[in-house]
Amino acid sequence: MTEMISPDLFASVPDPDGRFGPYGGKFVAETLMSALADLERVYRDLSCDSDFQREFDSDLAHYVGRPSPLYEASRMSDAIGGARIFLKREDLNHTGAHKVNNTIGQALLAKHMGKKRIIAETGAGQHGVASATVAARLGLECHVFMGAEDIKRQSLNVYRMKLLGAEVVPVTSGSKTLKDAMNEALRDWVTYVDNTFYIIGTVAGPHPYPMLVRDFQSVIGREARRQSLAMTGKLPDALVACVGGGSNAIGLFHPFLADEKVTMYGVEAGGHGVETGQHAAPLSAGVPGVLHGNRTYLMQDQNGQIMETHSVSAGLDYPGVGPEHAWLKDIGRVNYVAANDDEALAAFHHWTRTEGIMPALETAHALAYAEKLAAEMTPDQHIIVNLSGRGDKDILTVAAIEGIEV
Amino acid sequence: MSRLTQCFETLSNAGRKAVIPYIVAGDPTVASTVPMLHSLVAAGADVLELGVPFSDPMSEGPVIQRGHERGLANQVSLTQVLEMVTEFRQQDQATPVIIMGYANPVERMGYAVFASECATAGVDGLITVDLPPEEVGPLNVELHKVAIDNIFLISPTTPAQRIKTITANASGFIYYVAVKGVTGAGNLDSSDVGVHLDLIRAETGLPICVGFGIKDAESAAAVGVMADGVVVGSALIDTMTNAMESGSSLDEGIEKAVTLLRSIRAGVDNM
Repeated sequence: MTEMISPDLFASVPDPDGRFGPYGGKFVAETLMSALADLERVYRDLSCDSDFQREFDSDLAHYVGRPSPLYEASRMSDAIGGARIFLKREDLNHTGAHKVNNTIGQALLAKHMGKKRIIAETGAGQHGVASATVAARLGLECHVFMGAEDIKRQSLNVYRMKLLGAEVVPVTSGSKTLKDAMNEALRDWVTYVDNTFYIIGTVAGPHPYPMLVRDFQSVIGREARRQSLAMTGKLPDALVACVGGGSNAIGLFHPFLADEKVTMYGVEAGGHGVETGQHAAPLSAGVPGVLHGNRTYLMQDQNGQIMETHSVSAGLDYPGVGPEHAWLKDIGRVNYVAANDDEALAAFHHWTRTEGIMPALETAHALAYAEKLAAEMTPDQHIIVNLSGRGDKDILTVAAIEGIEV
Repeated sequence: MSRLTQCFETLSNAGRKAVIPYIVAGDPTVASTVPMLHSLVAAGADVLELGVPFSDPMSEGPVIQRGHERGLANQVSLTQVLEMVTEFRQQDQATPVIIMGYANPVERMGYAVFASECATAGVDGLITVDLPPEEVGPLNVELHKVAIDNIFLISPTTPAQRIKTITANASGFIYYVAVKGVTGAGNLDSSDVGVHLDLIRAETGLPICVGFGIKDAESAAAVGVMADGVVVGSALIDTMTNAMESGSSLDEGIEKAVTLLRSIRAGVDNM
């Protein structure tokens, strides 16, 4: 069905109102509307300003350590005996995940707007760490909102943020996870909107966030495209990435959207199984609605209340998803699938032992699916998996699940 | 003429200001909501604002957040809120009722169904915190069909040139949010409120009511002088829950909140 889509379509979203087809938009309280308009204006000017782009590229090169390598996982590929699997090594970025690509970009925007205080929400803590890191570097005050439940399961990252000088604000409302952290960050922003820049960590939230986070993260796909051509002489046959809010996935997918022969798989958190209702897979089992400033697929009940989610990985434990993914699902350009907790845990171990690369539990969902996918493909084909983050932060979680005291 | 327009005209002719209490449907109990609305009218409320409990009330401070949580724990959905309005209308056909909430429950019900159910129940107006003019078009079409007013918020951060965009979509009245922040936050600066009300008046003849940060008779009177009405929510809920947490019964807790509203009524009338 992708043959029917004009390549120009993907460059045309979002429209000036921030919409990806019926999704996206700006569903926020009036107090934030002018802050969003300011951000949009500043971003529009800076995104075509060569000095700003140079500054961003230079930070990515010298501070983050880009380009990140594309690595062929030969031992795993041989063991599976299907397609060759390549890993886009975002885990090797400074701070250990793809999140920093975006926080570097948004921190530069904050600097240009003269904002001295930044806030962020975080689930697994990777975005919180990446925000605290750029705040330390630029000398900005930083407050990170984190669900009380996530603070428990990601204690290492909490301490990291504190070491970096950020204040970690526990959120005890609702389900005490990522969605509640985002509610609290929005409440803070509405209160301190004059001096505060809200660094949203994923491709969700009100326009222009889904667009600008996508743009900052698209460096992943642009590099992967070049690297694939250099290493294999062709584009990949398939791309695989995990999807919570969806920033690492959109970052990998976006530069390939117009390449109709490249098939794409976004892997959601299946939790205990999509059929059990205990999961975090809105694209697989949700319906469209409005939350956190945008219209998108949501996990909600028949009365429009947002449901509590479950995933072994805090970073995927979110009832919504970026609006561009909602649109890509509807037009059939990307396939959205799910991997369950147990499959992700198995992949965590399997990849650690086979390739010596310990993935984040979020990333392990993508790896679990990639193993299945590769087995159905042939050795002349190749897959790129976004290795979005490293698993150091998850060691205590994995140990606890397996009843091991560290 | 809508019940809201009629209400503000009557008040204006009498030289009075509207007092508008806000409570969350189903908080603290399902059975207490409708009787409390009647008590608030008896204590001097001109218009009633009934909150629709939502799982993610992003613009609410802790006091009203907990009200939403209690409403949800009592399993109050948008459908039940409309049933409460229906029940209220059996005894009171005069007092305008506004429902205030977030977009998703309305989206889930469907705009057309929602508008027609509101009309059947006797709802007069709607405030949807996260539906700014840019996003409200399709819902407004349905509300117009059944003559239900859509009330918009204007905040201290709304640029002067944007006020016109908002008033063009609004009817009933304009709700001016007096503080940057969530409900129940901070103290409002009444001189700053005056400046903004003048800017809004330059664009619309609609009545303007002020909310967020009104806690007592004194703050209500300070704002009432400049506005056409005052909205009070967190202070009522806080009074009620504090009383109940320190051992008062449900009825006593509600009575304390109603007493606060009575004193706000007196403050606004005697300013």
